[in-house]
Amino acid sequence: MGAIYIDTAVNRATVSQDECVECYACYRGMSKEHLNPTVVRTIRGFLKLLRPRFDPEPDVCPTDAPTPQELTWPRIVRRAFSDSLVPHESTGVHGRGTEEVKTNDVTNRVGEGEAGFTIEFGRPGVGVRFRDIQTMSMALASLPIAFEKKNPVFSLMAPVTGTIREDILQEKVLSAIVELKTPLAHVRQVLRVVEAVAPTLETIVSIGVATRCDAQGDNLLEPLLKREGYTVHRGKTNLGLGRRPAVAPA
Amino acid sequence: MTNTLHRFGAPESLQDDYIVFAMAARGINEEGAPAKLQTFLRLALQHQPINVGNAVKGGIFRPAKDLTPLAHWRRREGVDPAAVVESIDSCTTVAAVFDDPTKLEACLADLRQADLGISINVSALTDEARTCCQRAGIVRHSVEYSLGFHGDLNRLPDRHVLELSTMCGHGMVSHNFAKKMLDWVKEGRRNPQQAATYLARFCTCGIFNPTRATRILEEARVGR
Repeated sequence: MGAIYIDTAVNRATVSQDECVECYACYRGMSKEHLNPTVVRTIRGFLKLLRPRFDPEPDVCPTDAPTPQELTWPRIVRRAFSDSLVPHESTGVHGRGTEEVKTNDVTNRVGEGEAGFTIEFGRPGVGVRFRDIQTMSMALASLPIAFEKKNPVFSLMAPVTGTIREDILQEKVLSAIVELKTPLAHVRQVLRVVEAVAPTLETIVSIGVATRCDAQGDNLLEPLLKREGYTVHRGKTNLGLGRRPAVAPA
Repeated sequence: MTNTLHRFGAPESLQDDYIVFAMAARGINEEGAPAKLQTFLRLALQHQPINVGNAVKGGIFRPAKDLTPLAHWRRREGVDPAAVVESIDSCTTVAAVFDDPTKLEACLADLRQADLGISINVSALTDEARTCCQRAGIVRHSVEYSLGFHGDLNRLPDRHVLELSTMCGHGMVSHNFAKKMLDWVKEGRRNPQQAATYLARFCTCGIFNPTRATRILEEARVGR
């Protein structure tokens, strides 16, 4: 995000509250030494005068400076969507809060003849404000699709119109996924809309599209995507080893 | 684990990158899942993965909370993989990363045999993943394709930075930090392996591929 910078007026590292998405990467990802800040600053200030090459470990904070702040609504939405260790209240799932086709062998979320889209905003590492997500979700809402209900963005959205609750529209998150399902016949139409809207947004859009395979492991989606001109060399393969627990006899 | 889907790179840059991960469906088959996830990781560890992780507790490479200034000269690279296995105490997602498809294949054969009943996915080049599955006697159930990044691509950094930073799809490896490590390797301040380890520590899920990162950093160093 580039939210942390040195404020030259006070000579201290400062966090831009507007840009910070509350991912907690600085707080959790840095290793720590717990040294006295005054001593560290004095030594660094002296060495700065001499200009020797300073070559510390790049992922160590000597003073354990990053401290999480108490978040309230609506800013708390930032953390829910940005911190991969916080489970989403609406789904109970960590990360981006959705299982999508990762458990399709158990849930049958995307059935035969269907395509499941994961349209992700802000990734990789760019961030997104909900107003941009709303622009896309409103455009998608008019198509013959069904938004996935077990998805954190869905819980903040009016499913018929695709509008997102107004009090969070300016909030910025690291990334968020709008998930939808449509018959394979409408895949091209969905892709057209996503491709048309994406350049109008102040972020990046990552597209994933999933389908169920047949008994031979083949599917109709891959040739369709290739015909549309997409490169489909990488993806996620569900092995089909999951199963529902057997129901105990009554 | 959508965080494994959009790893940036041409197919030839992804041939040492195979992630296998396991999870239970919430509210359906999560009962007893922690023990099954532990079994999954123990089986994976028999095939020399280059990283393993528990999405809520961390992977082999993780930050340390109580370093002394001596860490600048002498520092432990990672935790014992067995500690990652033992850390699984809830219904989470666990992953193992391989840099060799034959190891993945052997791991999949073991997983099929183990019949854990939880969902297992492979995130990799789709054709390679399918071949490994077939050799292990598995017919894939579903597949999700990455169609890449769209919109105002001027907002994205250069190829090497993206190849490194997208190895944590949660965005915990920042573009700026990846750029810094590329610069440090070019300047000879760190070697590629050291720089890859720094980057890996930020990926909480343990899906960062240090082998691939080392190769990318080395390629960038010599201008490829």
